[in-house]
Amino acid sequence: MLVPARTGVDVPADCTLLLPAISVGNVGQLAIDLIIATLNMPKVGYFYTDCLLPMVGNNPYATNEENAKELSINAEVYALPSSKLAVLQLRSPIIKKKSKDFCQALISWIKRSSFSKVILLSSSHAYQRVDHQLFGTPFRYLLTPSLEGSVAGLLKGLEWKEMEKVSSYPGMNDEEKRISIPGGGFTKRLYDDCCSEEIQMAVVLKFCSEGDNIPDALALVNHVNTWLQLLEHSDAGLSPEWKIPSSWRLLFGNGLPPALF
Amino acid sequence: MATFFGEVVPVYSRAVQEEEEDEDEDEYLEEEDEEDREIKRELQEKRNVVVSWSPVTLSHIDSSPDKKISCSHFIAAVGDNPAAFVSSYILSSGDWEEVGSIRCWNERCRVSSSTRSVLPHAPSCCTFYRSTAKQALVCLCTCYVAEDQMFQWCEKVFGFLHKSRLKVTVLSTCPVSNYKTTQSTFDLPVPFLKALKTSTYVDKMACGHLEQPNVVDGLPAAVLMHCQEFAIPGVLYHCYTDMAKLDSVTVEAFCPVLSCPDMSHLAADAAQVKEVLKKVVKEVELQSNLYI
Repeated sequence: MLVPARTGVDVPADCTLLLPAISVGNVGQLAIDLIIATLNMPKVGYFYTDCLLPMVGNNPYATNEENAKELSINAEVYALPSSKLAVLQLRSPIIKKKSKDFCQALISWIKRSSFSKVILLSSSHAYQRVDHQLFGTPFRYLLTPSLEGSVAGLLKGLEWKEMEKVSSYPGMNDEEKRISIPGGGFTKRLYDDCCSEEIQMAVVLKFCSEGDNIPDALALVNHVNTWLQLLEHSDAGLSPEWKIPSSWRLLFGNGLPPALF
Repeated sequence: MATFFGEVVPVYSRAVQEEEEDEDEDEYLEEEDEEDREIKRELQEKRNVVVSWSPVTLSHIDSSPDKKISCSHFIAAVGDNPAAFVSSYILSSGDWEEVGSIRCWNERCRVSSSTRSVLPHAPSCCTFYRSTAKQALVCLCTCYVAEDQMFQWCEKVFGFLHKSRLKVTVLSTCPVSNYKTTQSTFDLPVPFLKALKTSTYVDKMACGHLEQPNVVDGLPAAVLMHCQEFAIPGVLYHCYTDMAKLDSVTVEAFCPVLSCPDMSHLAADAAQVKEVLKKVVKEVELQSNLYI
């Protein structure tokens, strides 16, 4: 359920919704952070749910002392009506065993808000790739049948690669194949639900490993940008300049005690 | 995954659980029989948060037009130190009465409802105190509230409170090692207070804002989130301390909170405060046999 934030901005009708999966390296969440910070998107509301761990902090996209004091919580919706774009940012993990309920809550909100399409930014364990996934681009996409008709051609033109199906029983029976997204959190569940609910949805993911995942997030957001054109390229050939949110400081710990030296 | 030295270590991810845990769970669900489902259902029911009120308060609630408690300030003290601060600096003034409790049954609090009636201050309880004259309701929460119970805790407690004219103050503590700063935590003047407020809270705060990238989680966060979502003015005072247990220095670190305009009238007499605080801290000291 969406609780409005009383900021005077509403979720525009017929817009694209971008949301992250809580997946390996938090790549989707970092990528969404980059989009909100760069496009300077205003907050429109809170996604009211009992499926995420509670969390509060001050504005992660603060640019000055004044807006640093705005409270932000675990699931917030941002929108840019001029670009017909809405973004849901998730900032805390899903409570154990609530992943199914969370996907259902997302689906019913998506249906009620009638988004033109939904794009899930995700990631998958690089070490669990099968042999033919080891070479070439680390990005993959998945489209629900209802979005395939309108978008598949365009993505093929951009030379995007579809997520391969892998054998259910490798080495024993290579006939039976299924989609597997290890480390992708609720990615597969939401994709399956969107397929059965006939929602126009795409998954864009990157194979990565745990560590400093900022380069992965930048790569993923650049990759998505080639399709959605969220941000124009500054110079021909160069990748667009994404704004790093102020809250990304101190990702690797505090300062050291001076007595050490 | 193998390390540089050749040993095989399990891959750890901060974002996701073991691979496809949920999927396996689904397959398992198909196999489980009626008895398993019954046990799960009973366990789930047992985990429900139960708010109970004293007979007098219950009759007040029933007689009010919208079945709510009249109070304009709700104070939630989460943890031993905030609870000790509220009991000594606020509740010792005398005009407070115990009006109810919250029972949370979970993996750490296993006191069943039958034993609770024998022990009104069982460790699985949060206790409510109310002052009719001061129009305030206090909740001392020293028990463990599990992840899946926090949302329900807020919905149930706020279900009994009038949303208009309500102000909320939350007090909590956290180890200073969790504080993120460009300095070393070694140089910080512990204990110290930091505050977070909802967008509808306009009053003066007792201390500075909690800077990004610091965040607060757990029950204090759940309460403040509820306030933000429903536009209730709320403030959270988070004390960073280097003491793991109850201690008087950490308790006293909350004193600036009483200087706020909507808290000052709640402060108890200084003489009573010292007495109660001494008693509370001494009880803990007696339990420790480290130096005997």
